[in-house]
Amino acid sequence: MDILTLFIVIPVLTITGLVLVRDIRQVRIVAAAGMGLQLILSAVLVYLYLSVRHSGNTDEMLFVRDLVWFKSLNIHYAVGADGISVAMIALTSLVVFAGIFASWEVDFLPKEFFISLILLATGVFGFFISIDLFTMFLFYELAVIPMYLLIGIWGSGPKEYSAMKLTLMLMGASALLLLGILGIYFNSAPDGGQLTFNIIEISRTTIPMSAQYLFFPLTFIGFGVLGALFPFHTWSPDGHSSAPTAVSMLHAGVLMKLGGYGAFRVAIFLMPEAAKELSWIFIILTSISVIYGAFGAIVQKDLKYINAYSSVSHCGLVLFAILMMNRTAMNGAIIQMISHGLMTALFFALIGMLYGRTHTRMINEMGGLMKVIPFLSVCYVLAGLASLGLPGLSGFVAEVTIFVGAFQHPDLFHRILTIVATTSIVITAVYILRVIAILLLGPVTNEHYNHFADAKWFEKVSAVTLISFVALIGLAPYWLSSMIGTSLQPVLEKIIAINPF
Amino acid sequence: MNFNYTLWILAVPFLMFILLGLAGHKLKPGLSGLLGTGGLAVITVLSYITAYLYFFRTGATEGVYTKISAFNYTWLQLTDKLHIDIGVLLDPISVMMLVVITTVSLMVHIYSLGYMKGERGFERFFAFLSLFSFSMLGLVVATNIFQMYIFWELVGISSYILIGFYYEKPSAVRASKKAFIVTRFADLGFLIGILILSFNTRTFDFITLTDPAGPAITQTGGAAFLGLSVITWSMILVYMGGVGKSAMFPFHIWLPDAMEGPTPVSALIHAATMVVAGVYLVARMFPIYFFAAPAALEVVAYIGAFSSLFAAVIACTQTDIKRVLAYSTMSQIGYMMLALGVSGYGGHDGLGFMASMFHLSTHAMFKALLFLCAGAIIHAVHSNFMTDMGGLRRYLPVTHLTFLIACLTIAGIPPMSGFFSKDEILVAAFHHSWFLFGVEYAVAGLTAFYMFRLYFSIFWGNETHYHHTPHEAPATMTIPLIILAAGSAFAGFIPFSRLITSDGVPFETEIEWAVAIPSVLIGLAGIAVAFLMYSRRSGIPDRLAAKFKYAYKWSYNKFYIDEIYLFITRGIIFRYISQPVAWFDRHIVDGTMNSIAAVTQYISFRIRRFQSGQLQKYAFVFVSGAVLLIVLLVYLWNQ
Repeated sequence: MDILTLFIVIPVLTITGLVLVRDIRQVRIVAAAGMGLQLILSAVLVYLYLSVRHSGNTDEMLFVRDLVWFKSLNIHYAVGADGISVAMIALTSLVVFAGIFASWEVDFLPKEFFISLILLATGVFGFFISIDLFTMFLFYELAVIPMYLLIGIWGSGPKEYSAMKLTLMLMGASALLLLGILGIYFNSAPDGGQLTFNIIEISRTTIPMSAQYLFFPLTFIGFGVLGALFPFHTWSPDGHSSAPTAVSMLHAGVLMKLGGYGAFRVAIFLMPEAAKELSWIFIILTSISVIYGAFGAIVQKDLKYINAYSSVSHCGLVLFAILMMNRTAMNGAIIQMISHGLMTALFFALIGMLYGRTHTRMINEMGGLMKVIPFLSVCYVLAGLASLGLPGLSGFVAEVTIFVGAFQHPDLFHRILTIVATTSIVITAVYILRVIAILLLGPVTNEHYNHFADAKWFEKVSAVTLISFVALIGLAPYWLSSMIGTSLQPVLEKIIAINPF
Repeated sequence: MNFNYTLWILAVPFLMFILLGLAGHKLKPGLSGLLGTGGLAVITVLSYITAYLYFFRTGATEGVYTKISAFNYTWLQLTDKLHIDIGVLLDPISVMMLVVITTVSLMVHIYSLGYMKGERGFERFFAFLSLFSFSMLGLVVATNIFQMYIFWELVGISSYILIGFYYEKPSAVRASKKAFIVTRFADLGFLIGILILSFNTRTFDFITLTDPAGPAITQTGGAAFLGLSVITWSMILVYMGGVGKSAMFPFHIWLPDAMEGPTPVSALIHAATMVVAGVYLVARMFPIYFFAAPAALEVVAYIGAFSSLFAAVIACTQTDIKRVLAYSTMSQIGYMMLALGVSGYGGHDGLGFMASMFHLSTHAMFKALLFLCAGAIIHAVHSNFMTDMGGLRRYLPVTHLTFLIACLTIAGIPPMSGFFSKDEILVAAFHHSWFLFGVEYAVAGLTAFYMFRLYFSIFWGNETHYHHTPHEAPATMTIPLIILAAGSAFAGFIPFSRLITSDGVPFETEIEWAVAIPSVLIGLAGIAVAFLMYSRRSGIPDRLAAKFKYAYKWSYNKFYIDEIYLFITRGIIFRYISQPVAWFDRHIVDGTMNSIAAVTQYISFRIRRFQSGQLQKYAFVFVSGAVLLIVLLVYLWNQ
């Protein structure tokens, strides 16, 4: 069995294990062991990937495996990984691992909770390893369904409404996506011959322009909804605020990345000509996302809403950078996805931990937490600093790569929009510091707080795992950036072929 | 000569920060203080060795000081040409800054051992001081503009954390937030400036950028926007970052509030080192300003001159001693900016450049000294306000004497160092513009006045009734005062023009008495006025304040700049942008989504009647549909 398939097999085995075990202790152990194994496996994958690349292998995809499972439509179970998917897989295993520990104390139907959570993760892993459009789509749907259950059953607040809204909007997006994917499929062999869903094979042909004009917007918006593209982002604040901690983590940390990754891998990679022509519309929309999300976050009072809007802003930057279609900006987009995934997961984990103590998420109702729970507060500050792009943490690396990359665009209009997008660094600082000041600093506002216990061991595991990678990327970004950079080559060749400037 | 070891100047404080930050609470407070101070002592020694080797052994080739890239590591490759490096660049100004920063920082570390003793979070304090030292040193030795930006942000965050060190105090929290956001806004300009500059020059590297024969200066120009070249715009934007960090008008509002931090922090960050980063930035990029963006250099000069006058006027009416010193810092930095703005390039033309760097060093000494003295005074009387002080000369003899030396230095009385450095600035201004020269003369008088106003009200005047007798600070606090006082007194005799010049070529200077004598006289006049008004408790200040009521009120309220900012942030951005955006999002964007859902629901509610399950209804619909179709077909057939 190849290493990539293991990424689906392990979660499936974990789920089987979870079905068999009896009490909550065993549930936790099986879930943690399974996802711990997954984390180790992804470390092995990164190592293998780098050593294979180091030995001079320049294939587009490594660890490729291709099995036909539906002959008449030429659907394959085809997996393969390049630097980008390896990075996304590593991100996913980190976030899932931290998510398991962040939901250590779920006591309502814990078994079912962890099963759904890991099922969701399975879908995400499958999505990132697939290079067959149909299989990819299948895994994507696999991730959306458990999300509905997780929010609807374990959520809080208006959970049915939020779950329904989120699922319906994502399903609507899937409908667009399915159209887009079928459109690509039927145009995958313009000169006649076998139609295919295989991304690599499609990328070697050029889809006719008329088809691209139709299907590029469909796929881009389809993935864009998931990546919180303005104005299709409204599922995000409600969904996040109702979702339980681990689901928010996975959702903002990983599921939203499916959007960025898909937009990059499918929409731009397969239809670069239309992307070039139509990108200006979406660049305007994403610039709006960046600023609008940040301004929206300033006045929010619920911690999860703040992060939801902040995610709109940060994920907007991902799509913004992808649309700039040059090496540096795209590289920055991928780093931003990873960075944002880690730090939002951290944010939501911490919000869950705070909520467990204060039983509120309204910032005005809390205050002075730094004194009573210093560990969690310092973690929160670190997450905030990563979010506002402090050098030494991952957010900075992502942002400067994006800004410098986007500013290299030969067109003045794009450079001006880049300047517009850079203003987000100030607005972000405003809302992050506002939250830190109200929530953590100042005198202790409630005397019950003095009895709070600081982080428990499992909470520390969760937070420290995420923080160490935020810092690692921030301090030594070169390896990640070059791992992604080499994998951008196929896309760039296609882009340069249409517009050699 | 191999300067590889200079890497340790950055590595030691960084490691110390990690150590104290992660394990500080497990160590005894005293030990973490000593570790932090010891680490700093090591890098101070290294810096002095570097300065010696650079200036007197290997830095100069054929009498000209060159830029040496001691160490350079590619941190992040961005495009083919653009890459962010982390490295160490040695040239006269960076070596000078190494010496200045480590000296002041070491003094502040030693002083803090006494000042912060017994405070909660003692080890945290030293961890952050190490972080600050690391960031500041990384800023000055930057080999490229992006490294500078990185460390620029890091000093910003260190400053944020240290201003808010007493995080349970709401005013400290507010001040730290304000400082960070105001400077962050200015840094946005810096970042955009870097983007534009690097887009046009294809490099971040300082050696290439500042080479007068290099591509940055010779090949650009061309495209213009609003009458100024692109490079000029980018340099003005870069300068915006410097304006923020150096608390120049109009981004100065964070500095007085930053005095909420512990006093050693004010001495180190908000007087001696971080706030001069803006001056250093302009000095670092000086050839570009001079050759490619002279208009931007004029901006530098006028903003510097205006800030120095503006701050000096405000300083005359403030009563919190740390705030007086903060405005004085702003005013003195204005001097340095002005000196750069009026400077030429190369040899004696670069007098302003040299004077600016000279004043930067002497100012670091005497302003740090003033703040540390202020700390000792506050330590003794437990108040920041000079109205609560008076007659302290008998209780605090060491502090009194060192404070007096510092006041004489800032007032520019010979033979103190401030006399020499200020004189060079005035000469440079004199040769450039009469107007700026006149402004700076006035500022010199005001400076002497407000400093001695402070001095006389604290140490002379009527003795206030103290709750318990003030006593002199412990030795850990007085020794740094004495060392810094010696530095302020004698630093003027360092032959700066032979070491630090705009193009690395040494030149000779001598005092221009025609400029120097009047400036000393103005200084003495300021002192005399202050003596008359404040040496004994007299009614003169109150009567003057009453007579010039509006002038006094405007100055006392800092010309209401804070209120203007508050109006913009609270009134406009918060109320007229953010809240509408949030409302729009909830009600319009999301409302649309919800109404799509509602419409769908409504329609399906209607449509479901078709699926009633009643056979006769189905039959009716079927038959009437069939009839309708037939009618239609017949109609069409007959057409």
